[in-house]
Amino acid sequence: MSLAIEARGVEKHFGEVKALAGVDLDVQQGSVVGLLGPNGAGKTTMVKVLSTLLLPTAGSAKVGGFDVVTQADEVRHTIGLTGQYAAVDEYLTGRENLHLFGALYHLPPAQVRARAEELLEQFTLTDAADRTLKTYSGGMRRRLDLAASLIAAPSILFLDEPTTGLDPRSRLGMWEVITSLVQQGTTVLLTTQYLEEADQLADRIVVIDKGLVIANGTSDELKSEVGGDRLEIVISDGARLNDAQSALARIASGDIVTTDVSRTLLAPISGGSTVLPEAIRALDAAGVKFDDIALRRPTLDDVFLSLTGHVAEEEAEPAPKRRGRKKRAA
Amino acid sequence: MSIATPTMQSANNAARPWYGWFVNDCIAVAKRQIITVLRIPQTLFFALFQPVLFVLLFSFVFGGAIPLPDGGSYREYLLPGIFAQTVTFAVAAATVGVAEDTSKGIMDRFRTLPVNQAAVIVGRSFAEMVERVLVITVMSVAGLVVGWRTHSSLFNVLMAYVMYLLFAYALTWMGIFVGLSVPSVQVAQTAGVAWVFPLTFLSNAFVPTQGMPVLLQHFAAWNPISCLALGGRTLFGNPTGTPGDAFPQQHPVLMAFVWSTAIIAVFSVLAVRKFRNKRG
Repeated sequence: MSLAIEARGVEKHFGEVKALAGVDLDVQQGSVVGLLGPNGAGKTTMVKVLSTLLLPTAGSAKVGGFDVVTQADEVRHTIGLTGQYAAVDEYLTGRENLHLFGALYHLPPAQVRARAEELLEQFTLTDAADRTLKTYSGGMRRRLDLAASLIAAPSILFLDEPTTGLDPRSRLGMWEVITSLVQQGTTVLLTTQYLEEADQLADRIVVIDKGLVIANGTSDELKSEVGGDRLEIVISDGARLNDAQSALARIASGDIVTTDVSRTLLAPISGGSTVLPEAIRALDAAGVKFDDIALRRPTLDDVFLSLTGHVAEEEAEPAPKRRGRKKRAA
Repeated sequence: MSIATPTMQSANNAARPWYGWFVNDCIAVAKRQIITVLRIPQTLFFALFQPVLFVLLFSFVFGGAIPLPDGGSYREYLLPGIFAQTVTFAVAAATVGVAEDTSKGIMDRFRTLPVNQAAVIVGRSFAEMVERVLVITVMSVAGLVVGWRTHSSLFNVLMAYVMYLLFAYALTWMGIFVGLSVPSVQVAQTAGVAWVFPLTFLSNAFVPTQGMPVLLQHFAAWNPISCLALGGRTLFGNPTGTPGDAFPQQHPVLMAFVWSTAIIAVFSVLAVRKFRNKRG
């Protein structure tokens, strides 16, 4: 398989600040790569370099086989970009926006009209097609923004935080749309702060922090790097944490960690779900009551925590409208 | 949905020479701009409101108190001056509009498209003129209502309008450049307007300059807004308020065209470069 995106040692400096400090990135044709990292990690800067909006300070990058510095125009023919903010004109109607983008992609007018109807239909915007974007909800704007990127059927699509600020239902809608695009062979580079999103959509995940790639692999590979499954048990009576710990020592595959304040016990295990009834029997035999017991697989949150030493949301910007997100992603 | 291959567009592109796409892109961007202007009646209203207010205020409040050296009608003296001021405000409209598009990411979005990059702002500069023409039309009607009349040939009157619109076009380019240069819409709102007021008052737009200190008289003589106001008065056959001996005062129409051409030449190049170089 050939590479749709190939970046080598890409650096971007803004004065003293190195937003990108040497990023290598390979994206196979037809695959989805999730670029994951906290705010300020360099995700958007990387997308801007690859989509010809910014010139790299050092390093090189090819998109669709074209150099982003010397063949910017060819790159622009190959890509579509949907940014963090729906960058379509709010005073134009949905249909007018699509026609505008079609004209700017230099498609024949008849083809633009047909394609616009197709996209409006596909993104369930037909009913709203003649309304100005001012009347659209956030989710509708994002869908239209994405539709505008797709009007020329680009083979490579950059999605820069496509669901930031959307409610959960709109987010699911976006995921469906993205998934169907990928099934039709579009290559997607997706940036996100939502670990769940990367987990759902991406074939491979590249984690960047402070302008450097700190991990690269499939979701499962990254998770197994962090470690295996764990049992998480909340004991009813905090005084009996130690009893519980000794009762489970035989089952655990490593050191058991206890937290007094939350009366929680965390036991690394191997053997998956068969361990669960065993653990319950052991606790029963020792006469230890518990409020909650769960088998926990590592999430990308754990991956992130162990790789960067901080959680993904830690550096979330203080913009008040986005505050709700913390809770959801936590 | 069908995912067409990208070669489809490449083939398309080859079908027309670059200047064909330049025109295509200009029209697409201009169309968007014109629809936007028409869909926001408030913007248009305030663009018209301010100059009409000035016509009324100066005619009825200051009019009686400002005697002209040559004894002509102040209202007829005033109107060409207010035209000059109004077209100067083109800079503010363009600055704010471009800064807004930049902050919303629309400019960046256009930059990722395979468009002729210069066309994106050339198209915009043309579209801005639609608003300017509307404003000048309304101003002329307001002027006629308060008693302004022209006393020259149709050719000269048309020439005067061409002169004003060319200057408006020049300042639109200046505004586009400033709009691309400022960091935010808030700054654009200040940067676009801050210097327009002093510049219009340090001219013969509203009052003859004879009463100003000598240094300001020199400044006012060369001020493009003075050239524009005096040029308009000359072409419309309105009272000129005895202009001075300085070259621009003797040849105001010529100087107005020189100023406009120079501003367009400098700022169109700067603006196009700025738009392209934002990749920095």
